[in-house]
Amino acid sequence: MVNALIINNKDNVAVAIEKIDKGTEINCKLKDGSILKVDAKDDIQIYHKVATKDITRDCKVMKYGQYIGVAADDIKKGEHVHEHNVISKREN
Amino acid sequence: MNFYGYKRPDGRVGVRNNILILPASVCASDTTRIIASQVEGAVTFNNQNGCAQVEGDQQYTMDVMAGFAANPNIYATVVVSLGCENCQMDLVADAINERTNKPMEKFIIQEEGGTLNTIEKATRAARRLAQEASALKREQYPISELIIGTECGGSDPTSGLASNPLIGELSDRIVAHGGTSILSETTELIGAEHLLAERAKTPEIRDKIFEIVYRYEKALQSVGEEVREGNPSPGNKEGGITTLEEKSLGCIHKGGHTEITAVYDYAKQVSEKGLVIMDTPGNDPSSVAAMVAGGAQIIVFSTGRGTPTGNPISPVIKITGNKITYENMIDHMDVDASSVIYGPQTMEEIADAFLDEVVEVANGKLTKAESMGFTEIAIARLCNYV
Repeated sequence: MVNALIINNKDNVAVAIEKIDKGTEINCKLKDGSILKVDAKDDIQIYHKVATKDITRDCKVMKYGQYIGVAADDIKKGEHVHEHNVISKREN
Repeated sequence: MNFYGYKRPDGRVGVRNNILILPASVCASDTTRIIASQVEGAVTFNNQNGCAQVEGDQQYTMDVMAGFAANPNIYATVVVSLGCENCQMDLVADAINERTNKPMEKFIIQEEGGTLNTIEKATRAARRLAQEASALKREQYPISELIIGTECGGSDPTSGLASNPLIGELSDRIVAHGGTSILSETTELIGAEHLLAERAKTPEIRDKIFEIVYRYEKALQSVGEEVREGNPSPGNKEGGITTLEEKSLGCIHKGGHTEITAVYDYAKQVSEKGLVIMDTPGNDPSSVAAMVAGGAQIIVFSTGRGTPTGNPISPVIKITGNKITYENMIDHMDVDASSVIYGPQTMEEIADAFLDEVVEVANGKLTKAESMGFTEIAIARLCNYV
């Protein structure tokens, strides 16, 4: 079952469209309908973000194909992405 | 595509047919509340301003007042002032006359011998105007006459995923029919302004898009504040929005895909067709008020968390892509946009049905906010009172 969406191919996060439990497999649907499978390393609340790739500290977090913030920590694929590991600051 | 509306003497077409009891300042607001409560078809609002404001703030207040009176959903206006406020009756009347030639009556509390005399006279005048208004019949007009204001409030990630893209599709359809759509909320363009700038019709419009964002950030910094304080809100974050950029990128979906034909300052009269931007705060009631003052006959308002915001002049259609919020806040939600995420309909089908719903509301169907009497407004402010 599809339970997360990757909005743009440039994104490194997916949006959970159902509640996701830690340890389960996430089926992330891309724009073209293909599915990327990711193992959930955290519980993910519905509509929250989950990393679909490893994101190194200080690297860009991308959603909608655009910059939304900077990783405050190394974020592993499958981890919850939110305030605890992302900094909001102007891109330039 | 057509709707049934009310033609005004200034040529514009309304979707409602009310009498505005307009308080020129905070000191007239209780009086207008009492007058409006006596007259079927009268609307009013609590004007917190109108006096002891710096010039820029007074201009915001004047533009909202004049724009409300000129909005084609209003048949006529009864202006009530205290008498000694900065927004003097003649200034308010002149500002209204610059925008419209609709009927207007004026009452100054200090010249009428107090609020009771004013209430009596103004109520009689409003009652007469309401009876006149009721004799008008709706007639058919093309939806190119419509100005749709778009707003998002209490956003969550479903706003950027479902409800705002759906509003964007609506905006594209309104524009394709020759109408006007307003994208607002300057604070929620931050981090996404480059994408809008690429769609500007002219280099001047492009520069103006960057200018309103820069100006807004600078204005807050000049009093030692940061736009990122309080934005995203606790509810935005609880819902899953992490940063202002993420919120903005979701927000601008409301503007659809068409070129941007103009950028307007707060509450100014919108005259260009197509997709326009208005410089408004992210604060919903003050942003909605500005677009209504600009002439928007209908507001489409997306929400993730669920908000009750209405408006006294223009119907507010509430739409959410969050299937949990749709159930939880059903008293306030008009449209369930969660099918954009979960299907089975296509975006085309959902957007066509949404346009039909907007036309139904234009034809007179009450929104949830209208049917429950939710009419709160706010007016943007540059700084403290003086």
